Amino acid sequence: MKKYFSTLIICLVLAVFFVAVQLGINSGFISGYWITNLYLVGINIILAASLNLINGFTGEFSLGHAGFMAVGAYSSAVITANLGLPFPLAVIVGMLAAALTGLLVGLPTLRLRGDYLAIATLGFGEIVRVVLMNIDYVGGASGLMGIPAVVNWPLIFFSVVLSLLLIRNFICSSHGRACLSVRENDLAAQMMGVNITYYKVLAFVIGAALAGLAGVLYAHYYTVLQPREFSFMLTFDVLVMVMVGGLGSLTGSVVGAVLITIASAFLQAIPELRMVIYAVLLILSAVFRPQGLLGEKEVSLNILQKLGGVLNGPARSKQAH
Amino acid sequence: MALLEVNKLTKAFGGLVALNNFVLKMEKGELVGLIGPNGAGKTTVFNLLTGLYQPTSGNIVFEGRDLRGKHPHQITKMGIARTFQNIRLFGNLSVLDNVKIAHQVVINYGLIPAFFRIPPFYRREAEIEESALKLMEIFDLKKYAHEKAKNLPYGEQRRLEITRALATKPKLLLLDEPAAGMNPQETHDLLELIKWIRDEFDLTIILIEHDMSLVMSLCERVLVLDYGSLIAEGTPQEIQQNPRVIEAYLGDEEVAAWEE
Repeated sequence: MKKYFSTLIICLVLAVFFVAVQLGINSGFISGYWITNLYLVGINIILAASLNLINGFTGEFSLGHAGFMAVGAYSSAVITANLGLPFPLAVIVGMLAAALTGLLVGLPTLRLRGDYLAIATLGFGEIVRVVLMNIDYVGGASGLMGIPAVVNWPLIFFSVVLSLLLIRNFICSSHGRACLSVRENDLAAQMMGVNITYYKVLAFVIGAALAGLAGVLYAHYYTVLQPREFSFMLTFDVLVMVMVGGLGSLTGSVVGAVLITIASAFLQAIPELRMVIYAVLLILSAVFRPQGLLGEKEVSLNILQKLGGVLNGPARSKQAH
Repeated sequence: MALLEVNKLTKAFGGLVALNNFVLKMEKGELVGLIGPNGAGKTTVFNLLTGLYQPTSGNIVFEGRDLRGKHPHQITKMGIARTFQNIRLFGNLSVLDNVKIAHQVVINYGLIPAFFRIPPFYRREAEIEESALKLMEIFDLKKYAHEKAKNLPYGEQRRLEITRALATKPKLLLLDEPAAGMNPQETHDLLELIKWIRDEFDLTIILIEHDMSLVMSLCERVLVLDYGSLIAEGTPQEIQQNPRVIEAYLGDEEVAAWEE
């Protein structure tokens, strides 16, 4: 009963937020500048949450997220801009292409551990960027233009909610538990019957597919794609969001994405210093709060309830995520 | 047909032969002890049986099926489970989740139900939870259900390791030094527990142990390894009197000194 009640409250809050923002956009109360940032927050939430699935929940340190996003962005842009096919098809193609790339990259590299995996995936990201720069069909270094601008608030909103819901459902299932067990102790996980290669690759593929979705949204909002946008700096941004929010916390990724995106909006006046500030932020968070703002905890109604006593009911002792 | 047949099993790491022509035949329901000095190759036997290592030569037949080339998770599914000498729990996960993960090979569902929470998800999750809690009840771990595994007292962690191994519904259970770091009282309780689970869960057990009193009072048959080779096999009484075993444990010179 209580479970349905909290689900209802979450839906209600989301619905109110959605409508309020839509009204704000329609009435011109939210300026174009903040609409851009709002969409960027949405895209970054998807990126951070999907990177967290790989780095935080499965414990495989990947640095290839910009590469997967680029694959999603470019392949979907080819569908709409070059071939003139409908946008829904572009979403499917973008996600599938990124997922397939994730599979191809994941199968060999996930045998590597720790630093080696990070280096290999970092290399992959750079390869994607350089290859795109040399394909004339997608505009080469000067970029791909003429992508239809189909991204609007409802699309961003539902993409984010759906992505988070799917990741949440995955993590709170036997498959998600298997991923967590790989992170905790891969040897013991094998002995408990967990096929660790399968789950590492699976988390990688799901993470890549969602990064692909973020790429699709990015391409169809900005309408122009340039390979240099998908440099290591992008992966680094996302990594900072995940680390600041907390490796292994989905709500942490949301908080991290919102904070960092808004911070970088304010830092746009001093772009040279942006990366320096990020780096300092990362060092500070590693020293003083290595587990991130939220650690592995999730912000749920139950926690809010305990903190504020908002609803007068006995708080459940433990939230099953 | 024997439950487990190990034929001339050899494992070499480069030039180092960790296990040499190991032979073992086990019938269902047996409780066999595996002893030997440090580095004798006992844990290597377990790593070979569970598929973590592939044998250099020889083979393992479990219930009539050859285990060569099988992955660890496949072997777990076939019915071999183990615990670790140095505890390997999923430390940051709850005790309940630790036991739930071990149900992977027993009860599971596809990815689609997991992503979209369609009926099989709820039904199977309920089954997993029920089975996990039942098992935890038996081992007196239910009260820790939502505690992180790493926060459990040492003895409870050892018990959780056994509980987790049993959750995979094994036919053959491999216990790697379950009494390590336990006091005499805890060791005694463990002895009773092992006897009890063998009958209750219909298990065949191989036990690696340094605590001789535990091995001698628990096992019907004892195998002794030294430098990777099987040097003796027999009942606990036979083993205790075997000069080669005494030599392996105490060294030649001391035996020579004894004899003088």
